[in-house]
Amino acid sequence: MSGDRSKMLFISPGLIVLVAIILFPLLFTIRVSFSDWDVARPGLDWIGATNYLRLAHDARFWESFGRLALMAVGSVLLQYLLGFGLALLVWREVRARRFFRVLFLIPMMTTPVIMAVIWRTMFHESLGPVNDLVRLLGFAPLPWLSQSGLAMTSIIIVEVWQWTPFMFLMLLAGLMSLPREPFLAAAIDGAGPVRTFLRVTFPMMAPISIGAIIIRLIEASKILDSVYVITSGGPGTATETSSYYIFIRGLRDFQVGYAAALSFTYLVIMAISLTIIAKVLARVMLVRDHAA
Amino acid sequence: MKSIKYALLAIMAAFALGGPPASAQDFKKYGIDKDVPGLCSYDSISKKDYKGRTLSVITHAVPVMGEPTDLHAKQFEELTGATVNVVHVPFGDLFQRIMIPFQTGQNAYDVMFYGSLWSGDFHDYLAPVPQKYLDTAGMKDVTPTYRKVATWGDTMVQYTVDGDRNYLKYRTDVFDNPVYQKKFKEKTGHELTVPKTWEEYDRVANFFNDWDWAGDGKPHFGSAEVTKRDDLMFSAFIDRAAAYAKNPNVKGGFFFDLKTMEPLINTPGFVKGLEMFVKAKRYFPPGGDNFGLGDEIFSFGGGQTLMSYTWDDSFVQAMEPTSKIRFKVGSAPLPGSHEVWNRITKKWDYFAKPNDPAYVTWGWTSAVAKASKNKDMAFDFLCFFSNEANADHDLQIGRFGINPYRNAHFTANFWASKMGWGKTVGTQYVNTLLSIDRSRNHVFDLRVPGVNQFMSSMATGVSEAMAGQKTPQQALDDVAKEWKQIVARIGVDKVRAAYANVVKLEDNE
Repeated sequence: MSGDRSKMLFISPGLIVLVAIILFPLLFTIRVSFSDWDVARPGLDWIGATNYLRLAHDARFWESFGRLALMAVGSVLLQYLLGFGLALLVWREVRARRFFRVLFLIPMMTTPVIMAVIWRTMFHESLGPVNDLVRLLGFAPLPWLSQSGLAMTSIIIVEVWQWTPFMFLMLLAGLMSLPREPFLAAAIDGAGPVRTFLRVTFPMMAPISIGAIIIRLIEASKILDSVYVITSGGPGTATETSSYYIFIRGLRDFQVGYAAALSFTYLVIMAISLTIIAKVLARVMLVRDHAA
Repeated sequence: MKSIKYALLAIMAAFALGGPPASAQDFKKYGIDKDVPGLCSYDSISKKDYKGRTLSVITHAVPVMGEPTDLHAKQFEELTGATVNVVHVPFGDLFQRIMIPFQTGQNAYDVMFYGSLWSGDFHDYLAPVPQKYLDTAGMKDVTPTYRKVATWGDTMVQYTVDGDRNYLKYRTDVFDNPVYQKKFKEKTGHELTVPKTWEEYDRVANFFNDWDWAGDGKPHFGSAEVTKRDDLMFSAFIDRAAAYAKNPNVKGGFFFDLKTMEPLINTPGFVKGLEMFVKAKRYFPPGGDNFGLGDEIFSFGGGQTLMSYTWDDSFVQAMEPTSKIRFKVGSAPLPGSHEVWNRITKKWDYFAKPNDPAYVTWGWTSAVAKASKNKDMAFDFLCFFSNEANADHDLQIGRFGINPYRNAHFTANFWASKMGWGKTVGTQYVNTLLSIDRSRNHVFDLRVPGVNQFMSSMATGVSEAMAGQKTPQQALDDVAKEWKQIVARIGVDKVRAAYANVVKLEDNE
């Protein structure tokens, strides 16, 4: 008994902090979502589910999820492929691998908003160096930020540049922790590098891959700074993600109650989606692992 | 000998106790030419003793408004002994950083600098400007237009520190070039003159698009316009639409019919403005579809485009001493239209002289919080900030964001000599600003509660049309639908009462 009590005593400070910084804001947001708090009506009145009924018919909110899915999945997939490739490159004994390991991490250490400003300048269609490079390669300059598809591509490029190092770091750590024996066995069996990768490396990396992908998907689903700085959700609404739309409704339009309902709905959808994605990935990648 | 000794001792004692007596000459160290006597002068403010008191100020990020706030805050501290804490906030966050403390009853800031279009939301929380400041020579010299902007109902609740408007800027070296005049006439059948209508603007911009008319080996383009969705594009749209939608013969509302509060945003005048805006894309420079205000400033101000229309910034940029197009730029009122929609007769009215409403676009303003416990110090700070000497100084620094608002600022000599603009540019600039200020056909911003919602909705709709996602009519129909929902949510009587103030200004009542 006293053992239980002293356990509680030790964990209670942490629990209190957890409740304060996670639970309270969440519960308060839910409460605000049932109010009509906006620029003209401050305070916590009660309007029932009005905000939730409104968002059910808010086509712009649901369309933003589609764009978010495309941006998040597209950028995370590219980050995974690039990150894995870079990790494999510096995993073995290569010259200056310590230098490359640090070099590949630099983008992740920069401030996202500042980098978004720099990228916006680079993608500037009149003055930016990206179109200068495109011209040098013999192509016509591209409307990076003023054409819908290319604007989305530009955001994805920025996200991939910024966050591939995270994947690289996670996957390199995973590679370095792999046991050597399966590789020795594969070598003895005469497996070449491709077969070794497909039958040994990739399956063994499945758990860490799933973890890295899920963590990055959670972060990618919150994308805001790049959109805010580079395109403001445009052209039109072509790059408007859920987070940016919630930002507009909450902080620009000052529809605090409605934005709270949007935020909570977004949270629920993301929690369900990511749980499903994690289960699917586990089923696909870990089954392959067992099969291998 | 003894009397000289005593005199010397007395002088030394005076220095020891209070320093040398203040004189107008001393204040030049603050960068001003001359202290102008009055309640707000350096001399008057230096006599205030605010030692031990703290003033909290919120303002925009450096440099626009942020830098002059810092400068005058430090000066105020030195002169009065007060401590002035200045908080800088990017524009996108400024509204909520001011509004949240108001709504939650926190007395966070004594003084606020913000966009005057938010007065519809803020006015209930602001302290009226006391009569003694209204009676100052500096305040009396504020033009009627900008006094009205600072007023809510019959009460001045904002302290004027800036005067903004949008106008046309163009390259005089191109318009005055006889070779280009001949080519333009041959190609279009029209004389090359400064556009008086948007159709003329379209013709000229299209002709001068994508070729080297500047003789520097690079292609140049017709027009730089603010098109980035949430970067003040709503003002660019109003610039274009007002010519077709603001009928000087029709009273009672421009954005809404004041009687019914029906949105007018999707009426043919606004639709025509948007159609012309979409058509203009063909003479934007590369990336011109996504230009924020900063891009426009550097595009026109850097010599890339022939024309532009926004605030003063790109004009001032073009006239910087290091600018390669200094003295090659001119200013004029915004283009207008011969045809203007009449929402009463539901027909287009024809105007032989183009209808060119003057858009008094939102500018920076300042105010003191009603809940402030330092109102005396706060108003002294604002009157000092905008005293004649400081205003003259700040006008000369383009990045400060302070533009003419007093009659004294509308003298050609000030711009010709102090800014080094010369008589021609200075006179034309002043005449352009005066014509806007004195126009009887004004458009003001929609200064009602929830203005950000209305403008955000409008910007999104315009942006969707610009991106080809919707036709102009569809886009504005959707905006009108959303505006009705916004009015219903905020309360039709509340919005109408606020909008009545704007209509009063526009109808010259």
